[in-house]
Amino acid sequence: MTALESANKIKAQFGDLISEPADFRGEVTVKLADAEQITAVCEVAKGQLGFDYLVDISSVDNYGDDPRWTIIYHLRGLRHGNELRIKTGVSEEKSELPSVLPVWRTANWHEREIYDMMGIRFSGHPDLRRILMWEGYPYFPLRKDFPLAGKPSDLPGIAFTKPAPLEGGPFVTIAGGKDAISREPRIRNPEE
Amino acid sequence: MATVQDIEVRDSAARSVQAADELQDMHGEKMVLNMGPSHPATHGVLRIVLELDGEIITKADPDVGYLHRGDEKIAENKTYTQFIPYTDRLDYLAPLANNVAYALAVEKLLGIHDKLPPRCQYIRVMCAELARISAHLLGLGAFAMDMGAVTVFLLSFTEREKIYNLAEAISGARLTTSYTRIGGVMRDLPPGWLGQCQKFCDEFIPALNEFETLLTRNRIWVDRVRDLAVISKEDAIDYGLSGPNLRGSGVEYDLRKNQPYLCYKDLQFDVPVGAVGDCYDRYLVRMEEMRQSARILEQCIKKIPGGADNKSNEPVNVADGKITLPPKQKVLSSMEELIHQFMLVTEGVNCPPGEIYFGHENPKGELGFYINSKGGGTPYRLKIRSPSFVNLSIVPKIFVGTMISDTVAILGSLDFVMGECDR
Repeated sequence: MTALESANKIKAQFGDLISEPADFRGEVTVKLADAEQITAVCEVAKGQLGFDYLVDISSVDNYGDDPRWTIIYHLRGLRHGNELRIKTGVSEEKSELPSVLPVWRTANWHEREIYDMMGIRFSGHPDLRRILMWEGYPYFPLRKDFPLAGKPSDLPGIAFTKPAPLEGGPFVTIAGGKDAISREPRIRNPEE
Repeated sequence: MATVQDIEVRDSAARSVQAADELQDMHGEKMVLNMGPSHPATHGVLRIVLELDGEIITKADPDVGYLHRGDEKIAENKTYTQFIPYTDRLDYLAPLANNVAYALAVEKLLGIHDKLPPRCQYIRVMCAELARISAHLLGLGAFAMDMGAVTVFLLSFTEREKIYNLAEAISGARLTTSYTRIGGVMRDLPPGWLGQCQKFCDEFIPALNEFETLLTRNRIWVDRVRDLAVISKEDAIDYGLSGPNLRGSGVEYDLRKNQPYLCYKDLQFDVPVGAVGDCYDRYLVRMEEMRQSARILEQCIKKIPGGADNKSNEPVNVADGKITLPPKQKVLSSMEELIHQFMLVTEGVNCPPGEIYFGHENPKGELGFYINSKGGGTPYRLKIRSPSFVNLSIVPKIFVGTMISDTVAILGSLDFVMGECDR
């Protein structure tokens, strides 16, 4: 059974909730209209169609569009070697969808990472904490409205809290630097 | 005369369970121990919060992210070519393999991944396999050193040094190679490089045999790593393990075989798998993978189109001025090439809108790039599926019930690298 046939089988079960399978560079993608159904779809994919390996979960911030979030699941069947991508959209007001942890346990850290980076919550996840950033960090850094240079937070920039030994030199950091640009040693005017 | 002897193995897992049973009546307080983030066995900056009952671990909670540099955010603000140096710093023990993985992902988005010139494919395979040997050598050396066998570490570094020299000869850098480009490689192999590579292979196999005599049948080593942290086939798949950790559990899945890319279809190699899924199996799988990599290297040296000095002028880049940089001489003398160069440098490779995922068999496992493009020279979103991150997520499961002195063995056998885990 090819990936396309698998996708059509899912579509046959869930009807209009699943979009027509799209093929790009040999990869088959289906879109799920209702994010609440993601666990059910994944259970079918794993149980009936043999997609026993969850490769990855990614997230995209479609800033300015609705729905704002897209969550992307990469599925693989180790026995038949096919791959399938399932996408689903979540609105910014809701920012929550069911966890697929009951289906694949590897989803645990992937979902924590998405929560950490994008601020999308997964209902039913037993341990939804930040994973890469520290507990208590106030922002979600992979959102498109988060600046590349970062934002100041409660935790001081430990590496550059004092201007020495660059004091008086041509390249100066700003003490307690607010973002990545001020933490970098740069040519600055004394009053800055 | 050599005789075959069965080695009697202490079952350390069973011993810890027995020890736990004996101690059951003594209710003591549980102790919380912070392991890391700066602990030699954590190979970088991994912190594990261990909850201990005496010497037995009852709960383990890995805390990752100390090396988080926001690579995915940076990628959204760079052109595709500008991101190549950042891939060096993912798995910094195998930068060449990361370069190859990333270039192939972008080429898949462009739709040229199966149209690469054959010489380029062979060069990339050699890069990836050299990186695999280098990464496994360090993984092995560090694993053994954490167990107290320092000799292996020193010996394996002698061999790694030669690989660094080879990397320096092709890319100019020993660690931060950035050797691949979108649609090809930075430059062709330097003269004499294939000969050096052959010499390395000739010296490497005897050296590897020597490492085997130091460890494989070593009573102390076998006692400490056998039957420790057994990962079943089902768990390995369920937790999404990849690479040697997945194959160590007996799952025969290798992206080079199952989803062949580059010229792996034309090369002969075997995929070793473990029988039990313990630390010893993961060690054996890595040892055999190094032999297979050397085998692939030797085949590449013989089969590479153009041979050592490329007298027939086989191309190493795709012949498309909109993807790879034109020769400098032409840029300075011809209008069209000048425009191509200008557009490539200022705006980057113009990729079509769409989304792709490409998984590459890296030394640590499957390094995947998910690229979501809205067209133009920069990705809209680039997600890195890092094998170390996923492989570490099984730690809370396999640590429970082991002794605290086993943690270093288990971490060594999982062979992760934090630069890639934290991105």
